[in-house]
Amino acid sequence: MRAAVWAAVLGGFWAFAALAQPYMPWAFDWPKALVMPAAKWISAFTKWLLNDASFGLFTFQELTRWISAVVDVPYRFAMNLLSAGTAEVPPLSWLAVVILVALIGHRFGGMRLALLAGACFLFVAVFGQWTSAMITLASILIAVPIGVVGGVALGLAAYRWPWFARTITPVLDLMQTIPVFAYLVPILILFGFGPVAAVIATVIYAMPPMTRITQLSLQRVPQDLRDLGQMVGCSRRQLTWRVMMPSAKAGLMVGVNQVIMLSLNMVIIASMIGAGGLGFDVLAALRRLDFGAGLEAGFAIVALAIALDRISQAMAQERPVSIVARNAYVLAAFVTIGLAGLSAAIMPQLQTYPEAWQLSTGAFWSRVVEWINVNYFDTLEAVKNALLLNVLIPFKRFLIGLPWAGVAALLGLLGWRLQGMRLAMLVMVLVVLIASTGLWDKAMTTVYLCGLSVAVAMLIGLPIGVLAAERDSLWRWVRLAIDTLQTLPSFVYLMPAVMLFRVGDFTAMLAVVAYAIAPAIRYTALGLQGVDPRLIEAGRAMGCTNLQILTRIKLRLALPEIMLGLNQTIMFALSMLVITALVGTRDLGQEVYIALTKADSGRGLVAGLAVAFIAIIADRLIGAAAARARAGLGLGGGGDGT
Amino acid sequence: MTDPAPKLLCRDVWKIFGPNGAGVLRDLGPEAKASQFAARGHVAAVRSVDLAVNEGEIFVIMGLSGSGKSTLVRCLSRLIEPTSGEIWFHGQNLLAASEDEMRQLRRHKMGMVFQHFALLPHMSVLQNVAFPLEVQGVARAAREETARKMIALVGLDGRETALPRQLSGGQQQRVGIARSLAADPELWFLDEPFSALDPLIRREMQDEFMRLQSVLKKTIVFITHDFDEAIRLADKIAIMKDGAVVQQGTPEDIVLNPATDYVAEFTRAVPRAKVVRVASVMRPAGAEEPAATIAATAKIAEAAPLFLAETVLRVVGAQGETLGHLQRDDVVALMLGG
Repeated sequence: MRAAVWAAVLGGFWAFAALAQPYMPWAFDWPKALVMPAAKWISAFTKWLLNDASFGLFTFQELTRWISAVVDVPYRFAMNLLSAGTAEVPPLSWLAVVILVALIGHRFGGMRLALLAGACFLFVAVFGQWTSAMITLASILIAVPIGVVGGVALGLAAYRWPWFARTITPVLDLMQTIPVFAYLVPILILFGFGPVAAVIATVIYAMPPMTRITQLSLQRVPQDLRDLGQMVGCSRRQLTWRVMMPSAKAGLMVGVNQVIMLSLNMVIIASMIGAGGLGFDVLAALRRLDFGAGLEAGFAIVALAIALDRISQAMAQERPVSIVARNAYVLAAFVTIGLAGLSAAIMPQLQTYPEAWQLSTGAFWSRVVEWINVNYFDTLEAVKNALLLNVLIPFKRFLIGLPWAGVAALLGLLGWRLQGMRLAMLVMVLVVLIASTGLWDKAMTTVYLCGLSVAVAMLIGLPIGVLAAERDSLWRWVRLAIDTLQTLPSFVYLMPAVMLFRVGDFTAMLAVVAYAIAPAIRYTALGLQGVDPRLIEAGRAMGCTNLQILTRIKLRLALPEIMLGLNQTIMFALSMLVITALVGTRDLGQEVYIALTKADSGRGLVAGLAVAFIAIIADRLIGAAAARARAGLGLGGGGDGT
Repeated sequence: MTDPAPKLLCRDVWKIFGPNGAGVLRDLGPEAKASQFAARGHVAAVRSVDLAVNEGEIFVIMGLSGSGKSTLVRCLSRLIEPTSGEIWFHGQNLLAASEDEMRQLRRHKMGMVFQHFALLPHMSVLQNVAFPLEVQGVARAAREETARKMIALVGLDGRETALPRQLSGGQQQRVGIARSLAADPELWFLDEPFSALDPLIRREMQDEFMRLQSVLKKTIVFITHDFDEAIRLADKIAIMKDGAVVQQGTPEDIVLNPATDYVAEFTRAVPRAKVVRVASVMRPAGAEEPAATIAATAKIAEAAPLFLAETVLRVVGAQGETLGHLQRDDVVALMLGG
């Protein structure tokens, strides 16, 4: 019955899309006269901020300059320490940094971590990426503390004052869905081009998750501990700093890890507004289509990412170390710096990693690509063209041809059925807003690339997740692989795809699939593993075959979790899609990218918001569907099992 | 013995959860049913509770989950703000006390033990036990000395540097007990302290608790959902159901005269001999002069084995004076009567 209703609705929609164009052209192309000049408004507003805005005592521009100056001081210090040095004092030598990193690894994770972290940094030196890597590291060293402290402060405020939580929650939602490029533009305009602007962009990008995690971890502190604090008569400050924060520490450290990884990701992307470092090397290589150089810089980013990730994860687990040992580590660090400084004065090779000791694989990779192209060009080209002609382009044409009015109505109906009037209104308003900016075609291009990429990612990810969920040994490897994939900055994914398929939609799709597949696998596997074993036992007792247990019990019960995985996959895909503008897509991402190169903040933000709207629509609809599925299974009120 | 003024007195205390508890209570009046509160989006967790806890007494509040006992004990210390009523402690109405006065009272006069221990995970045993004193601003040397004494008192000496996660459940609760005693409180709240422990450990901890109380003589409010535990430990019991106290009295009172069918459900399985005191069953001294004696405060179950050799026991008071005689037939009747 319900299926019949939906079939009728879809039929009506199809008929409308196919036949109504001659009669109702406004439903297909938003009338030019009615296009909302939101981009102009925003640009005018930025201009006003920059030129006229004043807080009485000081102008807005003075404020931004002051912020830049404040951030500049520690940044300069970190830069000098790691890379530039001053006239009198050279920077830390590569040997000193490698040993220091190994020491930190040893302090928090023992010998294994020391070796891993040291090896990662040595790798960077050996492959000649040292200078760039240290520039990147300096930005991270400055951005992470600011991001963590700011995030904790906001999270704490949101925990304490409910009205503050209500105010910032929608802002945080938007910040996490708006593509990173979009707010690079205003930052570029307000703070200029350079590493300090990049650090500020990084902080803004990495802070929302920390705020969220702080809020959550504080809420998760058991009520008993709060009562205890009250019972022993803690003052407000004592309750916060002696009871709540230490008890929430495990959660907060997860947040720190996130801030570090997000900062790394962003510092790489912010090379577009002058962050320099490894990101700039990748970007420059992409522009020259120099695969070898790009890949080498990419590997260095991977090494840096792995070292930072593992160290910050180990910090979260906190190996208990006696005070004596703690002091010994500090002492060892100073001795290292001193000795390395002295030895570098005698042997200059130990100061700056000598070129003679470097290995370059750039040429090798370029030859590999050349060889692949010589031998397999036709095959690769045939695969690419076949897919483009038979799948990608028809799907794109289909979506672009859809009337915005019909799409709004259809999605609204879906929202209404899934949750009710409020969701329906939200979805329809967002669709109309996208159309009203005159970006409908570009938005549909984004939906097409994102949709196909997500479909492919789910098609590959689901079976892997299903296989891995049943086999512990396989799951261990798969999890290591997807954990590592997720720590890699999004930029890195572009290189291999471009090497094989050059620029275009197909390349973009491959990069997006590679980036977005991790949540598809993870949520499927975790969902299946989370199915109540008693139900599986019951199925087995009834004589189900393995296949029946999988399809009739496990997949059914894991459905809500898998839907959340789908949701995450879409969010990942959208954030990556914007970055693939660099390899020549023609969607909203490209719009943002062009705005960035022209420093047009209005255009950039409007396109960015359109991407955010698409993300919000997908997120809310799938979230509602997952909630319904969960309620249908009776998993809702936490009453399962206990 | 004269009847002393109760240490803690609680009069007509209500707790209505919801956005406008006081208003809804005023509108509906004290006789309203739970469903009437629910219809207005409110929950009556504590309903018109009157209690009097005397100095040095173990007052057990017993109820099943959802009966409001945990809410009530949190109202007594104002961890949860009661909707209405009076709570008198030391001649002061706690509900009229300022935030700061409450803080001082909690620091110096109250201690609490929690069901799930509530140990701070980042602190050692010593630091956890010293924490209440640290909050008060006591110097490190002094607070650690006190903490060490408390740790020794609960039998955990040698484990001072351990972290909570390295201890068993029973040991963790010993730390919780030591901590709640560190500031030498007059009023000791224990919120289901042994419920999260295995039965054998629970029994051991109950014995340990009785031993501590015989030394410390605190005024205690003890929460439990276990009727046997209540009978075992209590000087007085209040039984709660749906937020209200349905009966209060000595364990003996409650077992011998359950006020409602609900209470009778609990008392049915309790062996009388373990609850009833000798004094309640004895008769005035008769003509015979029995040699064997039994204390008037002893339980019948303790007297029973003596009847293997005797038919009559002499019941004696604290100074050894004769108060009456205990007849074998009466004891047999009581034990068989179930």
